[in-house]
Amino acid sequence: MPYIPHTSEDVRAMLDRIGVKAIDDLFDEIPKALRVDSLPGVPAALSEMEVARLVAMRAATDGRPLNFIGAGAYEHHIPAPVWALTTRGEIYSAYTPYQAEASQGTLQIMYEFQSMIAGLTAMDVSNASLYDGASALAEACLMAVRAHRRSKSARILVPTTVNPTWRRVASVITEGQGLVLEELPYSTDQGTTIPQALARYDGQDITALVIQQPNFFGQLEDVDALSRWARANGTLIIAVVNPVSLALLAPPGEWGDAGADIACGEAQPLGVPLSSGGPYVGFMTTRTEHVRQMPGRIAGRTVDLDGKPGFTLTLQAREQHIRRGKATSNICTNQGLLMTAATIHLALLGPVGLERVASACVARTRELVSALCGIPGVRAAFAGPRFHEAVLLLDRPAAPLLESLAAEGIIGGYDLSRNFPELGPALLICATETRTTEDIATYARALDRLLGRAVAA
Amino acid sequence: MSKIPGDLRYTKSHEWLRTLPDGSIEIGISDHAQAALGDLVFVEVPEAGRTLSAGDACAVVESVKAASDVYSPVGGEVIAGNDQLATKPELINADPYGQGWILRMRPTGDRGGAELLDATAYAAEVAAAG
Repeated sequence: MPYIPHTSEDVRAMLDRIGVKAIDDLFDEIPKALRVDSLPGVPAALSEMEVARLVAMRAATDGRPLNFIGAGAYEHHIPAPVWALTTRGEIYSAYTPYQAEASQGTLQIMYEFQSMIAGLTAMDVSNASLYDGASALAEACLMAVRAHRRSKSARILVPTTVNPTWRRVASVITEGQGLVLEELPYSTDQGTTIPQALARYDGQDITALVIQQPNFFGQLEDVDALSRWARANGTLIIAVVNPVSLALLAPPGEWGDAGADIACGEAQPLGVPLSSGGPYVGFMTTRTEHVRQMPGRIAGRTVDLDGKPGFTLTLQAREQHIRRGKATSNICTNQGLLMTAATIHLALLGPVGLERVASACVARTRELVSALCGIPGVRAAFAGPRFHEAVLLLDRPAAPLLESLAAEGIIGGYDLSRNFPELGPALLICATETRTTEDIATYARALDRLLGRAVAA
Repeated sequence: MSKIPGDLRYTKSHEWLRTLPDGSIEIGISDHAQAALGDLVFVEVPEAGRTLSAGDACAVVESVKAASDVYSPVGGEVIAGNDQLATKPELINADPYGQGWILRMRPTGDRGGAELLDATAYAAEVAAAG
């Protein structure tokens, strides 16, 4: 899409045509009290040269730390073509042009993204992405309430093992619409949701059950048992999954006897670099029977007047510009640029490549856990299978240790004490395919030294 | 010209009502409404047992270009939604006053002040709307 600027004459002509004196007058409806005239602490405009220098200096203070933190955002190798292609002028835009006559390429990328995500999750249909994983979970909860017409309670069970940040986001987004998110306890021995804890909800009107696999601790939930309970209780199943893990784990479409109803998650691990708070990219898939309740855009494949294949948005009657206040969501857009990166990333890796990445993640995490648990004062919190994260219990608070590690250029993990105080001093660690044996040894040596003891080996 | 059977009552929002012999009421959308919407691709009908007040949105008819709510002209309890529409929404296009019925309800007498028109008045309404 070309950028076409307006000249001051253009602007004047447009304002004259609509009878307005100045652009500022167009914002009259915003009360004066809510306007910000100055930004204290923010300097006046800088030149491009000054901005480039300032930003480069700030970026340099990040250093190049050795990263062992996951907790919802994951460092993976991104093949060079992913961003070389994604930043090409044809697709590098903050705006996604959806008009079929102008955007066959963009629409085809959306279609390919949907096809791959639907395939990975083993679900019927995917949308063209959402803002991020956390808001995708919120949207999935709202969607479940719309889709489950017999259920009147709007009660949704959310295990404590679901990402705590995502739980908070889902709760903030949904509470205004009367949803009740209820927490389900987990076993502090296993680090997984206790299927028996569902018994107290037997026969109750529960709209949906959320299941995160692997869960926030990296442990594998008994998704089949949880799904069977939900199905038997007339409760919809919302799966929250890491797309990389799906190269190894059973996809949501195959959970229990009939599969999940909605699957969602964060596609950041597919080609999107770690960045302070994002932007990231959410995804969502569902069964055909619920498609009209699914929020967001969907690109479809069709034929034009001459019978040639082409792509266009479809099922738009669910959306804001047509259904106004009754639309499936007030976010009727997608995360176009990152969706493009994820599509190219997946296409480059292919099924075999993705499986190799996932297997390497599992192997590296096993190696990391074993190296760190060899240090006195450190032990693994949970037995049982896991993907690429693990919880370590420490003999002292994690925060000061993490600070010392950071001073040595090591990001040692995610301190669980704030969100999971019941575990005591605990650290969530992660190793993807990007961590080498030497990286792991570096971390183990540093931690061992900080804990004040000699290496056991 | 659209068909407007003389034995039905109509609303300004293009629903029709038929009183069945047992006193229950059948509701659908008019021939004019289906023609204006174009080919229907999806119809969401209410569940049996749902209680409706006059003026409640009780169904959604979706065509390739728009999705519109169907409003219940009177209050009552839904006896049945037309489940055939789930797989054959086009029944409304083909036979809006017959096989394309949307729901049946047991009225509670709540008229909600909604003005019900006879065929002549509805025909005038449609003609005036152009």
